[in-house]
Amino acid sequence: MSDTGTAGVRRPVDGMRMRRPGLLRLGASRVAYETRVYFRSPDSVFFTFLFPFIMLGIFTAAFGARGNIGTAPDGTGGISVGAYYLPGMLAAGMLLSGVQNLAVDIAGEKGDGTLKRLGGTPLSPLSYFIGKIGMVLVTGTIQAALLMLVARFVLGIDLPTDPDTWLTFAWVSLFGVITCAFLGIALSALPRSGKSATAVVIPIVLILQFISGVYLQFYLLPEWMQNLASLFPLKWMAQGMRAVFLPESFSSLEQSGSFDLPLVALNLGIWLLVGLVLSRVTFRWIRKDA
Amino acid sequence: MESSSPVVRVRDLHKSYGSFEALGGISFDIRAGETFALLGPNGAGKSTVIEILEGYRDRSSGEVSVLGTDPQRGGLDWKARLGIVLQSTGESGTVTVTEQLSHFAGLYPNPRGVAEVIAAVGLEEKAKTRISKLSGGQRRRVDVALGIIGRPELLFLDEPTTGFDPEARHQFWDLVRRLKAEGTTILLTTHYLDEAAQLGDRAGVISGGRLIDIGAIGEIGGAEARVPRVRWRDKPGVVREVRTDRPGQVVAELVAATGGEPADLEVIRPSLEDVYLGLVRGTADGIRGKADAGEEADYRDTAGGKAAAGEATVTEVRS
Repeated sequence: MSDTGTAGVRRPVDGMRMRRPGLLRLGASRVAYETRVYFRSPDSVFFTFLFPFIMLGIFTAAFGARGNIGTAPDGTGGISVGAYYLPGMLAAGMLLSGVQNLAVDIAGEKGDGTLKRLGGTPLSPLSYFIGKIGMVLVTGTIQAALLMLVARFVLGIDLPTDPDTWLTFAWVSLFGVITCAFLGIALSALPRSGKSATAVVIPIVLILQFISGVYLQFYLLPEWMQNLASLFPLKWMAQGMRAVFLPESFSSLEQSGSFDLPLVALNLGIWLLVGLVLSRVTFRWIRKDA
Repeated sequence: MESSSPVVRVRDLHKSYGSFEALGGISFDIRAGETFALLGPNGAGKSTVIEILEGYRDRSSGEVSVLGTDPQRGGLDWKARLGIVLQSTGESGTVTVTEQLSHFAGLYPNPRGVAEVIAAVGLEEKAKTRISKLSGGQRRRVDVALGIIGRPELLFLDEPTTGFDPEARHQFWDLVRRLKAEGTTILLTTHYLDEAAQLGDRAGVISGGRLIDIGAIGEIGGAEARVPRVRWRDKPGVVREVRTDRPGQVVAELVAATGGEPADLEVIRPSLEDVYLGLVRGTADGIRGKADAGEEADYRDTAGGKAAAGEATVTEVRS
């Protein structure tokens, strides 16, 4: 057989191949890339980054005039409406930055071909996950820091001064953000298309915020709703944040009469595991043979 | 035996979706450094083949080896040696051309230079523009740039020049020739047959999930399909056409017979497009095409005869 047109063509030199960049290096590169894309997308900035600020502003403006919350009969111990809602908004911020943002974002990437393109490159799905989770950590941290600055300097809310309290804040928010990030990756498998993602994801996130003590004062909810909310992670994130920002006297308003930080850790731990397993099992670059 | 094993080896490839058989047993090889054009009508199975080779789809049966690896088991090291330009993309593109290429370059062990690749696809002036602000053809060039940034050994180009203006297309052809010169093996699908003729070393034609022909670009379709035609307008103004292996002789005889310059004289060699259309229609029409071809073949055998002998086979094209 002669097909001489291709004879003698130089073969790629195998010995010249260099090592592929490592998993973590690519993960870090993804974090930078993802964060840049996040802040350039008006939708994600408005609905997941700025939303807690807007809600905090609305609650303060709407209910601020009614006086303090949790005031004892003798007139002591109350805190302003803004101070009461701050922990809820911080928890909501984690939920939005993690679950809502990633679920909509990844479903969109699935729909518009981004994932298919990445699936054809030597990028490990793990590096991709690191990129998404890192992006949520970065944006969630900036969001929380800005929320507290607004609370302190615009709304005049006193922030904790005790280092132990800040340590609690650190683990609750780190745990919360990472759990929400994994749950977001897992939830992205649910929408059938990128276009339907917001319609599927936002109601879930919205209902959770209503029953978990973000928009409504948790102690005022009926017991069955409190029990229902306890099945989901947002209630525990909000409770952990209340432990950080509310005075000790408010612990009596909790379901068990205490902030129950070990229970917060346990529930977030379980949900982190659930999210991790679901993400790992459901994530695909593309739906083969769809 | 070839001295080196083929870069792509496909044997009796089948793919079914439920009861629909998309590919019904396809076999071909692509050798190192070769540009192979996969041609065929829409829905013939080209993209199914290419996506199986890229590892995006699983085959139903048959053997496939790409760079020595089964694509269904291709790991990251294997992917690092491929370049993939997919058929369509709809990414929102909030990053600039340079940012996108720099990021993707970072995924590969031995990437090309970002500026070099941007220049190669002719996007220097758009390097700092967000991808969402580019025109369709410019976005397609970004797709091509992303496909070659990793310095692939094997490059898949699935309808790469859709939406290109003629100048961009010629630029792209130059780029592919440079990649070929560097030894890149290329699998190209395209609906532009001139593009396949310009770039391809060999071509395979797929129709209805089967490979109906395969061969060197200049030979595909067989000698029969490549017989030139001589066309002219006779005195009453009727357009006449003769298929012949000896167009020069026909023209000479024609001049001698009419005693002057024949009106609207053309010698037409079938382009790849003509050959391709003949092939694809041929499979649709069954054996009829071959029977027709046989009847028209007189002129070649009567090469030494008089022009008058050939006049019987002159067909009236239009009047």
